[in-house]
Amino acid sequence: MSIEEGDKLHVVTADDISNNKKRLGKFLVWGSALILIFTLLIQALDTNAYLTIGLETWRPSLYAYVLWAFCLCASQVLTRGEHGKRVLFVLPAALFVISMVVFPLLFGLVIAFSDWNLSSPDGRTFNGWDNVRQMWVDPFYWNALKNMVWYTLVIILEYTVAFGLAILLNGQIRGRKFFRVAFLLPLMLSPVAVSWMIGKSMLEIRFGPISRFLRWLASEPSTDLPSLLYYPGMYIADLAQWFGWASPSFFGSAGIARAMIMAMDAWTFIPFMMIMILAGLQAIPRELYEASEVDGASKWRQFLEITFPLMLPVSITAVLIRIIFKLKLADIIINITSGGPGGATDSVTSFIFREYRDRSNVGYGTLLAIVYLVIIVIAMTVLIKLADRWMKPRY
Amino acid sequence: MSNQIFRDSDSDRQFSASWFTGRVFVYSILLLWAFICLFPIYWTITTSFKMAPDVMKGNIIPWLDFTPKWLGWRSLGLSPETIGIESTVREEFLKRFWNSAIVSVCSSILAVGLGSCAAYGLSRFNYRFGFMRNSDISFFFLSQLILPPVVLALPFLVLYKSLNLLDTRIGLILLYTLTVLPIVIWIMRDQFSSIPTELEEAALVDGLSIWGAFTTIIMPIALPGMVAAFILSLVLTWNEYFFAALLTSSHAKTLPVMVASQTGSQGISWWSMAALSFAAILPLIVIAIILERYIIKGMAAGAVK
Repeated sequence: MSIEEGDKLHVVTADDISNNKKRLGKFLVWGSALILIFTLLIQALDTNAYLTIGLETWRPSLYAYVLWAFCLCASQVLTRGEHGKRVLFVLPAALFVISMVVFPLLFGLVIAFSDWNLSSPDGRTFNGWDNVRQMWVDPFYWNALKNMVWYTLVIILEYTVAFGLAILLNGQIRGRKFFRVAFLLPLMLSPVAVSWMIGKSMLEIRFGPISRFLRWLASEPSTDLPSLLYYPGMYIADLAQWFGWASPSFFGSAGIARAMIMAMDAWTFIPFMMIMILAGLQAIPRELYEASEVDGASKWRQFLEITFPLMLPVSITAVLIRIIFKLKLADIIINITSGGPGGATDSVTSFIFREYRDRSNVGYGTLLAIVYLVIIVIAMTVLIKLADRWMKPRY
Repeated sequence: MSNQIFRDSDSDRQFSASWFTGRVFVYSILLLWAFICLFPIYWTITTSFKMAPDVMKGNIIPWLDFTPKWLGWRSLGLSPETIGIESTVREEFLKRFWNSAIVSVCSSILAVGLGSCAAYGLSRFNYRFGFMRNSDISFFFLSQLILPPVVLALPFLVLYKSLNLLDTRIGLILLYTLTVLPIVIWIMRDQFSSIPTELEEAALVDGLSIWGAFTTIIMPIALPGMVAAFILSLVLTWNEYFFAALLTSSHAKTLPVMVASQTGSQGISWWSMAALSFAAILPLIVIAIILERYIIKGMAAGAVK
């Protein structure tokens, strides 16, 4: 890593680094690298039974790797002085991410093309494209991918609700602090707790408050009521019965179960989008509205001509981040429906989770995950490119 | 006093009426949404004080519909009578709570430390790392956000098994740090780029080193942003379930895993589940109420440029 000219923070430094220091730095890096290679070699030999030290884990290699990483950082300062100190800002994070992501990903690629069931004693064997062929004819995986499309499309609805709430919060209202905290709270709750609180408790068919409320709506109003209340009551009851609310079931049929999962996920994440949009709304200068008011624009015109266009960049950021979070959706599904009924609510993540939990099928699961990653990367790249083009000023 | 000279014209009076209905409309929507947000939490709190018949009858308002009992909290060993007595359930719960606390706090601190340094470096200097320039390095960090956890989960499972890191807190801490690092870098990059470089230039002229300037001048200014990033990471890591469910079994199990494992086996022991869920979400609710400003600031950081 080297530093180019034209830094924002320009510093003139007179570093005179003695040759001894330089040599020490080089020695540290190469010495620790040698230790690392040596440890790896011994461990590899040991696991393949050429040596009999009997190391149980790969911990020594891990320690050697950490040592090497430290020495690399230290040598940057030793050999390059002030420049090295600047590199030290980014280097630890970069090393951390590389070792935690790139290495496991490469390892994952190896696993993906092998037949590896952790519960079987055979261990890992390469099986080439077998996993891909299995994936190609696995209806449940394609079904999970299709569900992800549905789950992602609902974001448009979530975005609308979040935008509406943000506009209301941005207006002249009393008790704004209360509303902000109240609206924020769902985001704080863990999906697991949410899946119990709402999915298992409030949506319980016999005595959950929501099903009770629906049943109450569907019941015939008592004849004692004044006619002003009685007839609307009858009408609501008929409508509710038509919806089948007299005996509600939330996770029985595919469509409703999926809608319930969507609703719960939306409940936790609408605050997130709302806050981002609210921040964007507060950044719009008031003068624009005043000027448009002078020109006689109605509220609706103001929204169409000022608020929405100016909010476009913020909206796109919020929606993109929301999509990223949505693609990780799993906790609620794992805990409430575990994919049922018949895989109707399965997300890719929850499907792979069960693939591992129920069958310990590491090889196949990893392949599915990597295919998912490829699809996501392609889709997100296209989306970001589209968003970029869309955000460019047209005038 | 026959004729009033100044009075509202008809259009103004109409305006006031429509203004009033508009207000009613706005507040009713706000209150409705506040109700939707708060009712599940309220339901959980009250259910933890209910007895079986109260749950079956769907009583909602305490003291009016039903008399609160410590049933749920007693089963956790946290009610007034049982708090002094030894209880295995409570010990289990506290152990999980402690695990969750350690893991989330440590990984958040680690992420904020690594992330702020990286964000500071990227906002001040031009790096070149192979073919990668500054924007590429930034993109490399942020692109980790796209990476779905499943992709890493199984390789990590196997790796941790061979490294003997399975079911340890340190393993979870490392993984959680990785998951929140992009968000921290995103927030902090925004923070640092809003601080003028003249501050450090002055400090450097006065003889501080670049790290001295960073720790004594810049960090205190960026502290609100760091708090925001820390809290956001704390929320995400405290609630994390997927990795914890895969990578821990008995020793390092966190609170969400405990809550999830109870839902299946316990049948309908509503009161104790409600107490457990509520105990699991309580810390974050308190944080949300006290530090709401920082959370909003953190989430807004990336939105508005």
